[in-house]
Amino acid sequence: MLAQQLANGVMLGSTYALVAIGYTLIFGVLRLLHLAHGEVFMVGAFAGLQALLWWQFGPLAALIVGLIASAVIGMLLELVAFRPIRKRGNSHLAPIVSTIGAGLVLQEVMTKTFGAEQTPFPSALSRVIYNLGIISVTGSQIFILSVAIVTMIALHLFVTRTRYGIAMRATSENLQVAAILGINVNTVILVTFGVASALGGIAGVLVGLNFNAISPFMGVEMGIKGMAVMLIGGLGSIYGAMIGGLLLGIVEVMSVAYLVSSLRDAFAFGLMILILILRPRGLFQTGIRTER
Amino acid sequence: MTALLHVDGVSRRFGGYLALNNASCEIGEGDIHALIGPNGAGKTTLFNVVSGLLRPTVGKVSFKGRDYTGLKPDRVLTMGIARNFQQVRLVRGLSVVENVMIGAHARINRGILGNAAEFFGFSIAEKAAREKARAMLDFVGMAGKSDLQPDELTLVDQRRLEIARALTSEPQLLLLDEPAAGMNPTELLELSALIKRIRKQGLTVLLVEHHMRLVMSIADFITVLSAGSIIAAGTPAVIQRDPAVISAYLGARE
Amino acid sequence: MLSSYWDSVAVFLGINILMGVSLYIPMTAGLISLGQGGFMAIGAYVCAILTKSDVPFFLALVAGGCAAGIAGLVAGAPALRIRGIYVMILTLGFGEIVRVFFLNFESTGGASGLGGIRPLTELWQVIVACVIAYLMVWRIRHVRLGRAMVAIHEDDLAAEAMGINLTRTKLLSFSLGAIVAGLAGGFYAHQALFIDANQFDFSRSAITFLYVVLGGVSNPLGAIVGAAIVTLLPEFLRVVQDWRMTVFGTMLVLIAVWRPDGLLRAPSLHKS
Repeated sequence: MLAQQLANGVMLGSTYALVAIGYTLIFGVLRLLHLAHGEVFMVGAFAGLQALLWWQFGPLAALIVGLIASAVIGMLLELVAFRPIRKRGNSHLAPIVSTIGAGLVLQEVMTKTFGAEQTPFPSALSRVIYNLGIISVTGSQIFILSVAIVTMIALHLFVTRTRYGIAMRATSENLQVAAILGINVNTVILVTFGVASALGGIAGVLVGLNFNAISPFMGVEMGIKGMAVMLIGGLGSIYGAMIGGLLLGIVEVMSVAYLVSSLRDAFAFGLMILILILRPRGLFQTGIRTER
Repeated sequence: MTALLHVDGVSRRFGGYLALNNASCEIGEGDIHALIGPNGAGKTTLFNVVSGLLRPTVGKVSFKGRDYTGLKPDRVLTMGIARNFQQVRLVRGLSVVENVMIGAHARINRGILGNAAEFFGFSIAEKAAREKARAMLDFVGMAGKSDLQPDELTLVDQRRLEIARALTSEPQLLLLDEPAAGMNPTELLELSALIKRIRKQGLTVLLVEHHMRLVMSIADFITVLSAGSIIAAGTPAVIQRDPAVISAYLGARE
Repeated sequence: MLSSYWDSVAVFLGINILMGVSLYIPMTAGLISLGQGGFMAIGAYVCAILTKSDVPFFLALVAGGCAAGIAGLVAGAPALRIRGIYVMILTLGFGEIVRVFFLNFESTGGASGLGGIRPLTELWQVIVACVIAYLMVWRIRHVRLGRAMVAIHEDDLAAEAMGINLTRTKLLSFSLGAIVAGLAGGFYAHQALFIDANQFDFSRSAITFLYVVLGGVSNPLGAIVGAAIVTLLPEFLRVVQDWRMTVFGTMLVLIAVWRPDGLLRAPSLHKS
C-alpha cells in the first residue's frame, strides 16, 4: 500500500517538477514571476490531445506536439508580454499584470475552441496494467515516469553541456555580467522561455495521460502548485525544483490516502510554509536575494 | 579614561575570506577615535559588527560593560550607538526633515494610545520630533533645507543629513564611516568643526576616514587595521612614527 | 437615484477599492501580497455568521476586520525573514489554505457555501469606508509608522540600522491591510448574499493585485483607477459578448507594456 502510494506520489510529483523547473528557469534569468505559465502547460495538454485524436500517432507523438505548441506559445509570451516591458525600464510588477492578461486570453481562446468542460484524454496505455510485485502501474504511468526521467536527464545535459545551457546559467548568475561577457541576453531569455515552456507542455500531456481528462482551467491550479514547488526547492534552483516537485507530489498523495483527502491543498501549502520557516531560501539555496 | 566600547577578539569570516581577524580595541568615553587602514582592511566590517548589522563569527562586543553581541541593529541604536553609511542611504519619498525624524524612532515608543493620538494629529510628541529634527539639521549646517527631497541635495549635504539622522537618536557613540568623502577643503573644515562640536555635546565618535590630514588633526586616538588585523594603536603622534603603519599603510599609499 | 443595477456595480466597485487599499498598505512597506482573497474570505465569513446570529451589522463588520487582522499577523510572521517574490508566493499559499479551510469547514456551509445572508450593505456605508480607508492611507504617510514603512520599502537592512523595528512595522502593516480586506469581505458577503470559498480564490487575490499595479503603485489613488478599470471595463465589454475576457486580457497586456509603472504617476511632491 505504502509503496503503491509512493509510486503514485512520484508520478504526480514529476509533473509538478516539470512545471516548477519552467518557473525556476524563467525566474533564474529574469527574476520575475510568469503567471501565464500554467496556461502554457494547459495549451500543451490540448495540443497533445489533438495529436492523439486526429492523427492517432500515439502518446510519443502527442508529447512532441504538446512540447512544440507550448514552446511556441511560451516564446510568443516572452516577445509580447515580457520583452516590451523590459525595454521600457525594469518594472517587476508589470509583467505580472501582462501575464495575468495573457493567461485570461489563452483560457478564453481554449474555452471557445474546446468548451469549458472537462475534455476526455483517451489513451490506450492507461488500460494496460502491469503488476510489479507490491505495486501495480498502468502503461501510462510507466510512460509518464520514463518521460519525466529522460526529460530531466536531457535538461541536466542541456544546462551543463550546451552553449545555450551554459549561457543560461551565466545569465541567471548575473544578467549584467552575462551581457559584458558577450552573451546575447535577449536570445538566451528567448531560449529559456522555449525550454521552460516545452517542459510545461510535456507536463501537460503527462497530466492528461495520468488523469484522462483536461480542461482550459487546469493551468490555474498547476500554476499555483508550480510556484509553491519553486519556492520549496529554492528560487532559481533546477535540482531544487525536481526534488521539491517529488516531495509535494508524495505529500499530496499521502495526505489523500492517509489523512483527509479534501484538505490535500492545505497540506501542500502548509508544507511550503513550513519549509520557508525552516529554510527561508528553500531546500537548495541559490544565494539569490530577491530584491524587489 | 573609561572605555565606552570594547571590541574583544572579534573575527568575521565571509565564506573562505577572513575579513576581520581577532581584532580587539577599546574606545574611550568622550574621545574622537579614528580607525584607519588601506581599502579592504576590514574597517567597514568592524563598523557593521559594532552597529549590529553583522554578527561576529568569533568574539564579542560590549557597550558600557554590557555584552551586546548578536543584538539586532535597531536595538543597538536604542542602546546608544548610531551610525551613518559610507554609501549614503536615504529614504526617497520622504522629505529631508522626515528622513531625520526616522532617527527618533528607536527613542520613542509611544504605545497604542500614543500612536492613535499621533494618527489623528493630536500628538505633541510628533511636533516635538519635527522641531528636534529641524534643530539637528541646523546643528549640522543644513538650516533651510528641511523640506527638500533627498535627491535634491548635494552628496555632501546627503552625508550631513545622515549625521543629523544619527544624532536624532540621541546616541552616546556615533560611528562615522568616511564622512569626508567627496568634500572640498572648505567643507572639510566645516566637517572637522562639526565633529568637534559633536564631541563637545558629550558624545564619543568612532571615525573611519581616509583623509589623513583630517584624522591627524582631530583624532585623540588612532587604531590601524590592515588585512583584517589591528597592527597599531596610539595617539596620532605615535601612529605617524610607527614603522609598521608606515610600511603597511602610509608607505603603500603615498 | 441610481438604478439598482448601477447601485450594485457601485457597491462592488467600492468593495474592490477597499481591496486595493488593503494591498496598497503593506506594499508601502515593500510587502506584496498575492493572498488578499484569504483575508477577505475571513472577514466575509466571520461577518456573515455574526449577522445571522443577529449581531448588528456594524459590530459584525468590525469583528470581521479584526479576525482578518489577526490572520494577517499569523500570515505575516513567516514573511518576516523573506522578501520580494518569496512573500508573494507565501501569501498566495496562505490564501489557498484559507480557501481550502472554508471549503471543508462544515459549520460555515463547507463546499455548498453559505446562503441566506441578509442584504445589509448599502452604498453610503461602502463610500464612508473608502473615505476612511483613504484618510488612513493619507495620514499614515505623515506619521512614524508610515515613515518606517517607506524606509523598509527602500532598504530594509538600512532601515533597521536607522532604528526601525522590522518585525513590528512589517507585521503592523500586514495586519492593517488585512483588516481593510476583512471589512471589504464583510461588505461583500452582505451584498452578494451568498458566499462560498471559491469566490475568494487565487483569482480574487490576483485581481486585487491588478487594481493596485494597473493604477500605479507609487500613487495611493492608483487603486481607485485600477479598481474602476478592472470592475467597469468588463461591464462595458458586454458588447463584445463572447470574447470579453480576450479583449480584457489583451488590454491588460497593452496597458502593462504602455505604462509599466501604472496609469497614475507618483504625486508630484514625492517624485523620485
